[in-house]
Amino acid sequence: MKNNKAKSFLEKESVAGVVCTLPFTLGILLFILVPMGISLYYSLCDYNILSPPEFIGIDNYLEMFTDETFFKAIGVTFFYALISVPLRLVFALIVAMLLLNTTKATGFYRAAYYLPSIIGGSVAVSILWKRMFAVDGVINQLLGVIGIETDFAWLGNEKTAIWTLILLAVWQFGSSMLIFLSALKQIPTTLYEAARVDGAGKVRQFFKITLPLLTPTVFFNLVMQMIQGFLAFTQCYIITQGKPMDSTLFYTVYMYQQSFEFKHTGYGAAMAWVMLVIVGLITLILFATKRFWVYEDGV
Amino acid sequence: MKKKRIINAVIYHVVVCGIGLIMIYPLIWMIMSSFKPTGTIFTTAGTLIPETFTLENYINGWKGFGKVGFGTFFLNSGFIAVMATIGTVASSSIVAYGLSRCKFPGRRILFVFMLVSMMLPAQVLMIPQYLWYQKLGWVGSYLPLIVPFFFATQGFFVYLLTNFIDGIPRELDEAAKIDGCSYYMIFLRIILPLVVPALVTVCIFSFIWRWDDFLSALLYVSESARYPVSLALKLFSDPGSSTDYGAMFAMSTLSILPAGVIFIFFQKYLVEGISTSGLKG
Repeated sequence: MKNNKAKSFLEKESVAGVVCTLPFTLGILLFILVPMGISLYYSLCDYNILSPPEFIGIDNYLEMFTDETFFKAIGVTFFYALISVPLRLVFALIVAMLLLNTTKATGFYRAAYYLPSIIGGSVAVSILWKRMFAVDGVINQLLGVIGIETDFAWLGNEKTAIWTLILLAVWQFGSSMLIFLSALKQIPTTLYEAARVDGAGKVRQFFKITLPLLTPTVFFNLVMQMIQGFLAFTQCYIITQGKPMDSTLFYTVYMYQQSFEFKHTGYGAAMAWVMLVIVGLITLILFATKRFWVYEDGV
Repeated sequence: MKKKRIINAVIYHVVVCGIGLIMIYPLIWMIMSSFKPTGTIFTTAGTLIPETFTLENYINGWKGFGKVGFGTFFLNSGFIAVMATIGTVASSSIVAYGLSRCKFPGRRILFVFMLVSMMLPAQVLMIPQYLWYQKLGWVGSYLPLIVPFFFATQGFFVYLLTNFIDGIPRELDEAAKIDGCSYYMIFLRIILPLVVPALVTVCIFSFIWRWDDFLSALLYVSESARYPVSLALKLFSDPGSSTDYGAMFAMSTLSILPAGVIFIFFQKYLVEGISTSGLKG
């Protein structure tokens, strides 16, 4: 009898809902909220992992204002995200437009453009990139083939090192391209026919029909990729380690160094919180600009 | 007129194909270099085809470092990726079902958290989670690399599956309910078989991401016999530890092989996953 009662309780819709989503509820608590809470406390402490934390109030946060490397890292990260993300989206859109007319080879082309995105996050590709731009790497050798003999150290120069990382990010435009491609296919052809009847040329059609209807897709990509771009780690950690002269020091790498290499973990925890605020602000700003340029009336 | 069209087509293919070749040139260069004698890789970096074809790099690289061979690293990576993927698929599908089909208190908050966890990348949680796992005594084990994935912590996958389940007609549920099926049986008997295509997409992305994962391995795995491939490769590239670039390229090539094979055989699912939900590849 009691067993039956328990069974019918579990079978109520609201109870079933809670039970089914329980893993997620626990996951949020155990792996997001609790760690964040703990790190909030540690960010207010002098802590080096080895000895017990000592409460020091907001000193860690104040220290950032006098930490030149911190500001350098923020600058580098913004530069990287603000250049690589729009470039990647532009490339993705151009190539998506090119691949829109299907021919027999389209499947092959699409695969070639998309492959770098699938494996781009791996350590193997970062290592490859590092060797390509080495003094005796393939880039300089290929330049030699077309007549520009050089032993330029791309990764050793303050001006060019960051661009190799940007290039690596732009190279992985494939997944954005696929998103654009599926969005482009959803634009009804009747719109273009009507425009043609009205005498609008290809260029005008692009700016008056294609681009406005793509803005929601662009927006979605922009938000997600700005966040990702702001938080890139592996590429920088393996290829440049922030060198030369901190000119490629990403925020995440500096945070890692502070926390684990300099054993300044309390400061690292504070940096994580500041990063969360920055990412939140970027997202808010993007959403605030949404109504000025994102076309949302549907088709 | 016809002539003009042919010329246009030729220009189109030359341009698109040319850009495509530039795109995959680095990868081809890496694969080709892995078959060159290690001393000649950089002296002949400008040419693609090896003058003498050798497998020596693979043999040398496979030996690994110290006493640990690369085979061990591959097994480690495989274990971590498979376990984390099983956890992701199991937990994400049941959570997505609950969110899609049941009304219950707190559902809205969970939706908000799902979106937040989509936008909240691992790097923000790097330090907080490290401090927490340290308290739990998990640092130095595989637990931080596997256990969280059994709790549907990747909002993207929950989002993808919730959308997919929303698209399954509710009449199927109703019919099963009349036949006496509980909510849990509906999930197992009706919904689960129907979401298999979406689960394949989830599996593929989860496996590739976990296989490539470097950050958490760097933080939590310290013993070299337990290194996954990503961390082992990093050691190869460290200045001073090794100058055998041939072996490094050979092992790099092997490390992207699983993703490459998945890419070739499951491209359809990858493309669908990305186009429908904006998953980042």
